[in-house]
Amino acid sequence: MDIRELQGYASFFMTVFLVVVLYWYIVYLYRSEKKGEKDYEKLGNIALDDELDSTPVNTSDPLPNDKKEQNK
Amino acid sequence: MQSNAALEYDYTVAKLYTYTTILFGFVGMLIGTLIAAQLAFPELNYLLGEYGTFSRLRPLHTNVVIYGFTVSGVFATFYYSAQRVLKVSMAESKLAMFAGKLQFGLYLIAATGMVVSLLMGITTTKEYAQMEWPLDILIVVIWVLWGVAMFALIGIRREKALYISMWYFIACFLGVAMLYLFNNMEVPTYFASGGVGAITHSVSMYSGTNDALVQWWWGHNAVAFVFTVPIVGMIYYFLPKESGQAIYSYKLSLLSFWGLMFVYLWAGSHHLLYSTVPDWMQTMGSVFSVVLILPSWGSAINMLLTMKGEWNQLTDNPLIKFMVLASTFYMLSTLEGPIQAIKSVNAIAHFTDWIPGHVHDGVLGWVAFMIMSGLFHMAPRMFKREIYSKKLVEAQFWIQTTAVVLYFTSMWIAGITQGMMWRAVDEYGNLMYSFIDTVTVLHPYYAIRALAGVLYVTGFVMFAYNMIKTMSSSRELAEEPQFRSPMA
Repeated sequence: MDIRELQGYASFFMTVFLVVVLYWYIVYLYRSEKKGEKDYEKLGNIALDDELDSTPVNTSDPLPNDKKEQNK
Repeated sequence: MQSNAALEYDYTVAKLYTYTTILFGFVGMLIGTLIAAQLAFPELNYLLGEYGTFSRLRPLHTNVVIYGFTVSGVFATFYYSAQRVLKVSMAESKLAMFAGKLQFGLYLIAATGMVVSLLMGITTTKEYAQMEWPLDILIVVIWVLWGVAMFALIGIRREKALYISMWYFIACFLGVAMLYLFNNMEVPTYFASGGVGAITHSVSMYSGTNDALVQWWWGHNAVAFVFTVPIVGMIYYFLPKESGQAIYSYKLSLLSFWGLMFVYLWAGSHHLLYSTVPDWMQTMGSVFSVVLILPSWGSAINMLLTMKGEWNQLTDNPLIKFMVLASTFYMLSTLEGPIQAIKSVNAIAHFTDWIPGHVHDGVLGWVAFMIMSGLFHMAPRMFKREIYSKKLVEAQFWIQTTAVVLYFTSMWIAGITQGMMWRAVDEYGNLMYSFIDTVTVLHPYYAIRALAGVLYVTGFVMFAYNMIKTMSSSRELAEEPQFRSPMA
């Protein structure tokens, strides 16, 4: 097996590995939001409410923020 | 960090890059129109001696529109939007402000050096990497300064979550840094030979097929990390902000981002189909190009769906028109590219006018539309004046849209005609046409392309005029508009 063939196999397996990682990431994104652990969609408000003195969104984690709101 | 009681966003650097975007956009597109006309009417090659020939002007056109117009637009929109999505002012970081201003000063020097050296015929001859080694070093410094300004702002941000636009700008910074360094590894021959030849001349550190591979790894990813990634970053900020609608799906934007990062880097070898690079690598380039449709359309569809329920804005607001059509041209271009990368299609398309046709529906319809609409959105906020004329924006939109359609349709027809004529054989296997036969047939399409160029430049002059009048004499605004940009 020469170096070119090795490069080909290395490229193939790296691709497969990265595809698995990417699909895992998709599942993670949707599952964590479904479970209520994350709220990615609120990050979209960063562009809309972008004044210097606007309250930062800060995190995709909904729980601590909600708790803070309740404590106020 | 200072108190933010009287603090405002500081647009000093964003304004400077806005000026250069307008200047280089006009120069680059004017040269493009001239060389398009030269292809239709060759006598136009002899207007300015050696400085006016197609061979001198073509690299000047590509370099000025890429590194002058587009990169200025990227820097202008970055220095504007990064402050806002990070909720921190440039005025709060002396380091960011210093790096930004120094970067602009060096950028002006490099851009001037680029124009002069290419006009003089000083070139490495590698496409989109024609600048010689002294300018390459200067560009590395400029790029590092951008990184310093970027991370200085990120370091003191109030908004802890990085908005998706910032991810794209960071990717642009990192991607170009890596690719530019690798592709511009070169040996200055004057120093290597002990003082022989021109001091500006260099040769690539790679040779033969390796050089071609690295070159197109760069060449295609210049499209990825200059023409795509930062422009997607722009639309993710400007379309939601202008329309008042949050991104349709933030998760899809994250997913598309990683998909694009993962796939784009490996598509460059589609420029080398049927060449001496290993066959598996050519196939990989084709496959990754086709897969690239998914993350590209992920972003584009996400943008179109952002307008869900608000399509009335498309008729009311010309900036939304620009952005929605930019997104649509992005979809067209990212479908067309993968089709051209399929080996059997590439056998016809390669070296034909279909390729510049593809490039231009991307850059004229997607990149330039997005940059111009971004600057229009920024103008009332930076200069505290309303946009000078809505009618002019509307007219510009229709003139330039017509221009893009004329450009790519004429080049589609020209390219496929060319490809078919080149490979046509008679019953004995002899080629049926000589090269000049194709040139004769293509003349009308070249003339249409030149007309498209004239229309597009006309639209750009209208944009420049509207911007200059907005800066100087438009009605002053009492307060900053929240979403829709006010225009007279």
